[in-house]
Amino acid sequence: MDNFRQLTQYVLSGLSNGAIYALIGFGFAIIHNATGIINFAQGEFVMLGGMLTVFFLVFCGFPLLPAIVLSILIATVAGITFERLAIRPLKDAKPIRLIIITIGASIFIRGAAMLIWGKDTHALPAFSGNEPLYIAGATIMPQHLWIFGITILVIIFSRLFFNHSIIGKAMRACAYNAQAASLVGIDVKIMVMLSFAISAAIGSLAGIIIAPLTMTSFDVGIMLGIKGFCAVIIGGMSSGLGTVLGGLLLGLLEALGAGFISASYKDAIAFIVLLLILFLRPEGLFGKKETERV
Amino acid sequence: MLKIKNINTYYGQVHALKNVSLHLSAGEIVTLIGANGAGKTTLLNSMSGIVPPRSGEILFYDVPINNLAAHQIVKMGISQVPEGRQIFKPLSVEDNLGLGAYLYHRRKGEKEQIKKTVAMVYELFPILKERKNQLAGTLSGGELQMLSIGRALMARPKLLLLDEPSMGLAPMIAQEIFRVIVNLSRENKTTILLVEQNARAALKMAHRGYVLETGRLILEGMAADLLENKEVQRAYLGKDKKEIWER
Repeated sequence: MDNFRQLTQYVLSGLSNGAIYALIGFGFAIIHNATGIINFAQGEFVMLGGMLTVFFLVFCGFPLLPAIVLSILIATVAGITFERLAIRPLKDAKPIRLIIITIGASIFIRGAAMLIWGKDTHALPAFSGNEPLYIAGATIMPQHLWIFGITILVIIFSRLFFNHSIIGKAMRACAYNAQAASLVGIDVKIMVMLSFAISAAIGSLAGIIIAPLTMTSFDVGIMLGIKGFCAVIIGGMSSGLGTVLGGLLLGLLEALGAGFISASYKDAIAFIVLLLILFLRPEGLFGKKETERV
Repeated sequence: MLKIKNINTYYGQVHALKNVSLHLSAGEIVTLIGANGAGKTTLLNSMSGIVPPRSGEILFYDVPINNLAAHQIVKMGISQVPEGRQIFKPLSVEDNLGLGAYLYHRRKGEKEQIKKTVAMVYELFPILKERKNQLAGTLSGGELQMLSIGRALMARPKLLLLDEPSMGLAPMIAQEIFRVIVNLSRENKTTILLVEQNARAALKMAHRGYVLETGRLILEGMAADLLENKEVQRAYLGKDKKEIWER
């Protein structure tokens, strides 16, 4: 019985971490699909979300909701600015150069955050208290429920957006064939900018909802970014649902590994999974191989 | 309606179009013939803003368009049906058509007109209506070509640029496509610039024609005259092959 309770505990915390990885992975996938590059600054948007919220809430004394909204807005503007200043001017550059630029940008954003907010670790108060709830013998924090709820909302919203709105469809069209998209009158540059804006918004949201559980500091973006990258590699870049499943799977494996083997292997598990997937199934567990019918 | 004056287009170092000038009048079907690599697709892409010319001028109803981006040229009323169809395969047939009308999505009161245009496209190509909820990736080559033309028509262009619409299609289906093209010109009064491998079929449909060779326009004239032209017959229609050494 004790084992079972432990298992439920690991599964719950694994799933909630996994949901965060899925959100971060979403950001990777959206930018990758629109531009063909991997945005290694994605983790920094996550950090910005958490740190900005701490800043507005704790230092400026704003109420929670305005602090969150303001933080997401600022992170989104940061994403757009990043695209305008660092990506768009090099319009014909090869993806590898742009990827290196995103690494540079991530170092820059991290450094700026350190200069502004210092090296301290900050805690964000949980959204609705720290009174644990008991489910099937396991304890769960209300913050976990927030994480699940918000993740589900983001997934539903993005599915509606990409499948049913004309702008979302236009973004998918650009991702599939940018030249054909421009020939039907879609401004590809706007779509690329939009992909950075959406990624930054989702990333910062992830950073905000995880901050009450894990604390936040100027350098949380590195590890969270890499975990989100693992999620999207496990799931496959092309599959939105795959990214979600990839994130959840990664969170579960980490939590179970940390619980039953050793907590010090928690991060190693993510990298082992990443390497295995890259060796054995580079298109991801749920990604589709391109098939062409002529 | 359209005047091209002395354009020069480059792909990197390659000088793909050399001092090309041509004009189109409203309501015409004009065909552009030439061998592979002669620059036909490049010329269409220069007009569409995908590979803007480095020098020269393109006037559409006396407005210069050679500095506009591709999506702005669509707004002006020029749509291209690109080589190889370039359909958005992960999206449904209906969504592909919907994206064809992308430039109208922010204007009010366009919904009715968009619906009418979709109905018009389905009337031209009834098979697309049957398949409207299918992913475009599941269509056959002919159906993809129909969808590609339909998608371009959704923007309600004044000028339609068609790049090799019969490529890779069975003769019956190619005939069907050609029939629709002639209909578009007759009934919708759409002006058409047609690039075709099948020079004979193209010249039979067209009012006028231009012959492009290694980036230069070497011949222009009424389509009927070009069909009779000895050079054209020998190089592009496969006639009189023997007579070169029999003569």
